[in-house]
Amino acid sequence: MSNVNQRHLKGRLLFAAGVIAVSISLLSLVALLLDSFLDGLPYLNWGFLTSYPSRFPDQAGILPALFGTIWIVGLTALFSFPLGVFAAVYLEEYAPKNRLTDLIQLNIANLAGVPSIVYGLLGLGLFVESLAMGRVILAGALTMTLLILPVIIITAREAIRSVPKEYREGAFALGATRWQVARQIVLPEAFPGILTGTILSLSRAIGEAAPMIAIAALAYVRFLPTSPLDRFTVMPIQIYNWINMPRVEFRELAAAGIIVLLIVLLAMNSVAIFIRNKYQKRAVG
Amino acid sequence: MYENILRNRSADPDIELMSNEDQELRLLQRNDKICFRSFNLWYGEKQALKDINLDIKNNILTAIMGPSGCGKSSLLRSINRINDLIQNCRTTGEVLIDREDIYGGKVDVYDLRRRIGMVFQKPNPFPKSIYENVAYGPRIHGTTDKTDLDTIVEKSLRGAALWDEVKDRLKDNAYSLSGGQQQRLCIARALSIEPEIILMDEPCSALDPIATSKIEALMRQLKEAYTVVLVTHNLQQAARVSDMTAFMYIGEVIEFGNTTDIFEDPQKELTEKYITGKFG
Repeated sequence: MSNVNQRHLKGRLLFAAGVIAVSISLLSLVALLLDSFLDGLPYLNWGFLTSYPSRFPDQAGILPALFGTIWIVGLTALFSFPLGVFAAVYLEEYAPKNRLTDLIQLNIANLAGVPSIVYGLLGLGLFVESLAMGRVILAGALTMTLLILPVIIITAREAIRSVPKEYREGAFALGATRWQVARQIVLPEAFPGILTGTILSLSRAIGEAAPMIAIAALAYVRFLPTSPLDRFTVMPIQIYNWINMPRVEFRELAAAGIIVLLIVLLAMNSVAIFIRNKYQKRAVG
Repeated sequence: MYENILRNRSADPDIELMSNEDQELRLLQRNDKICFRSFNLWYGEKQALKDINLDIKNNILTAIMGPSGCGKSSLLRSINRINDLIQNCRTTGEVLIDREDIYGGKVDVYDLRRRIGMVFQKPNPFPKSIYENVAYGPRIHGTTDKTDLDTIVEKSLRGAALWDEVKDRLKDNAYSLSGGQQQRLCIARALSIEPEIILMDEPCSALDPIATSKIEALMRQLKEAYTVVLVTHNLQQAARVSDMTAFMYIGEVIEFGNTTDIFEDPQKELTEKYITGKFG
């Protein structure tokens, strides 16, 4: 009897521990959001979205940073998606399983764990200096591509691996080539997983400030970038810059910037979920 | 026990049971279609097939039976070289189809597989529509015309005795079909590339008895037009549908001959033990 009571007690304790753990993480998120919203909401208006930065807090806006972020994310998606997918298809469908591919796999996993500032320094050395691109959007996007590529490759490989091997055998038995099997049978099935992984990596890229600081995106931009070879700034840098200003109004501006950044992030994640649900329904049918 | 099996065979109204002599005469009229010559196969260090010599005749159904792990699936999968997909798989010796060694240097493996349809143990339609499942094979080999594809799809589905059940729902997902229907869809998919040979790897092991009897009826039809090789661990099935039977044990062909002979009068002790259910 006492044994049963003891087990009930253990169960209740574990339940309580779980509730506390969830509450801590939820409460800290709510506190962060609440703090940002209270500080930032007064500044959050159409003028904030459509103005350039300024010495005067009530005239300052986030427009160039928003544009820079869109440029960077768009170009990064354009570069990293095909590279990541082809690398994953090669590793899963073509490459023999031997020491070399094991080593490659290990290194990709390691690359995913390298701090982002290191990628920033690599981008600075490789794209900005050696390839003499200068501190432009293209250099930033290529750096971001390097940063998120390992994650895209890993998630794409997982998605490809989850396609049952029976489908592949069925297609090979009909005389399909490796490429036909990969493109027509495997990729359509793996697509929702690959896309979700890519969008989530991209939303991580949006929030990265460190590599962009290394590329030395500008802090004070009074023009809109019109080509990949223009100089730029991104939202996290703009926010960081405002926080460093002495006047308290600028910190409130930073809070408004954080809200915009969060909205963009949430929008991208919702798109990811929407696409995944849409394709999964179609695939299962 | 094997008397029972043969009695079942004659009790089945779908079979016109031939006398032994008729059966032998029929086999004599057939040419060799697939010939194994001193064929060996390894997965890494493990030898799965040992010195296989086997002549499979055209337009009959040849059953390969034996206990699990005896190499019967490996033998089947050597015929369309789908074993090539497995890493560390090596072979020596020859497999001749129409007197040409398919392991010889000149053979294009994709072209080879186009001449051979395969049906797997578990129904494995693609996660696409019924129509697309059957149209996939012709499409990858270059048929793009819609009317041609429609014709092939109907013909293949009729060939697999599935047309009447699905003709109004060709756009439905293949996985909305029952297990037995899915397997017949896979047979239709195999027929869509107009093969000469059909390989079946325990095609009924995941099906209920009714679905199984439908597939077996289909096998009897198919062997009139195709060379069918069936791997099965079901003795009754081998006795019911096949013209010739090979018995395999630990990578070797122990006995091969006319199905009636194998079941009525096995020459090897191992075969007799297996047929009478003393092991397996």
